[in-house]
Amino acid sequence: MLNQWMYIGIFFIIAMFLPAVAIFLARILSPKKPTKIKNSVYECGMETYNPTWIQFKIQYYLYGLVFLIFDVEIVFLFPFAVAYGKLALFAVVEAIIFILILLGGYLYVWRKDALTWQ
Amino acid sequence: MKILEFLSDPIIGIEKWIVQLLENWGVAPEWQTFILYLIGAAILGTGALLFTLILIWAERKIIGRLQDRLGPNRIGPWGIFQPIADMLKIFIKEHIIPDGVDPIPYHLAPIISVASVLLLWSVVPFSDSVRGSNLNVALLFILGVGGLGELGVILAGWGSNNKFSMLAAFRASAQMISYEVPMAIVLLAIVILSGSMALGDIVKLQTIAYIFFLPLGAFIFFVASIAENGRAPFDLAEAESELVAGFNVEYSGLKFGMFYVADFLRAFTSAVIFSSIFLGGWRGPGAEQIPILGFVYLLIKTVIVWFLGVWIRGSLPRYRVDQMMAITWKFLTPLALALFIVIAFVAKLIENTNQWLQVLIFLVINVALFVVGFAIVRKFEKEKERKVVSTKKRALAQPTNPFTQSETGG
Repeated sequence: MLNQWMYIGIFFIIAMFLPAVAIFLARILSPKKPTKIKNSVYECGMETYNPTWIQFKIQYYLYGLVFLIFDVEIVFLFPFAVAYGKLALFAVVEAIIFILILLGGYLYVWRKDALTWQ
Repeated sequence: MKILEFLSDPIIGIEKWIVQLLENWGVAPEWQTFILYLIGAAILGTGALLFTLILIWAERKIIGRLQDRLGPNRIGPWGIFQPIADMLKIFIKEHIIPDGVDPIPYHLAPIISVASVLLLWSVVPFSDSVRGSNLNVALLFILGVGGLGELGVILAGWGSNNKFSMLAAFRASAQMISYEVPMAIVLLAIVILSGSMALGDIVKLQTIAYIFFLPLGAFIFFVASIAENGRAPFDLAEAESELVAGFNVEYSGLKFGMFYVADFLRAFTSAVIFSSIFLGGWRGPGAEQIPILGFVYLLIKTVIVWFLGVWIRGSLPRYRVDQMMAITWKFLTPLALALFIVIAFVAKLIENTNQWLQVLIFLVINVALFVVGFAIVRKFEKEKERKVVSTKKRALAQPTNPFTQSETGG
């Protein structure tokens, strides 16, 4: 078990290392002639004004919230799915009721038009 | 005889040879595994990155032919050296770092993007004997590492000091997290069938490929994985023909190239995962006796799935953003939830019956659910949409035009 996580760890380091080295090499090889205009932010060709890190549309936040609810639900259901072979029908029905409760919330969100892109 | 044995499973043969070599040098057993893992991971990672060159060429060529163009055809026969030339060019291009970027997210984003794709290869079983890691939470790992890709996108948008790239990053990550939901629910149904989250076990258990159990699940997973990769017809975050570039607009040189590589590699990686989960991975006639055949089967299945994705990319027009969100939240997610509930219930009822009977029952359930779901969507959503569209007042380009009859421009 630990060996398998070790492999993942090694792979993670290598997966970060390979692109980092490639970018570093390219940085060394590539020409460097920065000018003021070249380094300016490319938006629409106009001068940028005001800070960039501003508040954006609330819709994204709503999608993020709904996603979070679903993801937590799914994480709760994974142990259920793994133990499925050992469960009786009663436990399965319980899990289905759990999903149905969440489905109620989902329908509420749907009716409130939080899932419609505006 | 020995050569035949070696040829039937060359990678394990090489592994044994290296182990022997290390033993002769007197390396401790723990360090032997460490060195083996290091070599394996390095070869797999580098191989996957270099394989992208072939993928880029093949995809450009196929899409070119699909759209009645020639595709790359200048450098080398059929243009096969085009990606190498591109790589050289992008390698020696200047790195322009715009003023006022947030340095840590800006420089980390391309690396994380590539790493998130490469990491998925660590849990894929390539044949009966060769696999990176038979992690017992592999499906969760796949979902989590998929989330790392979103992190790369949002870091790139945030760090760039550019309002448009930030907007594109928001859109891209909203799309990606939305499509992760039906994907994860389908994976739950798979876990119910297999009783294990380890990808190696899931492949091994598929005496009948899971696509016959869950054709609807496979469909949902396929659509969701296309959208998660941000490819056409769901590529509106970086719509090449409409926007400048999307979240990577401020990147240049190899940093941009890394996003490009990640994009192309991710398409192939998700095809690998699809064929491992639904098409039986390395399984096929004789794959258990001769492990090298497993590679071939996996490659064939993956290329078929990948080609389907490229075909769709080459032929379908782009969705609108509201349509795209509606597809996942109002069609795929409820459908996947319904599928999961029905599968969980029925699988318990027919637990002890013949496997072929199970396949038949599951098939009927899947088809019925798809037909019902599609009928409901057509009935309600289409009508609603028509109503909304017909009441919209369009702004007229020339309000004084004498030929205009009504206010709505009809």
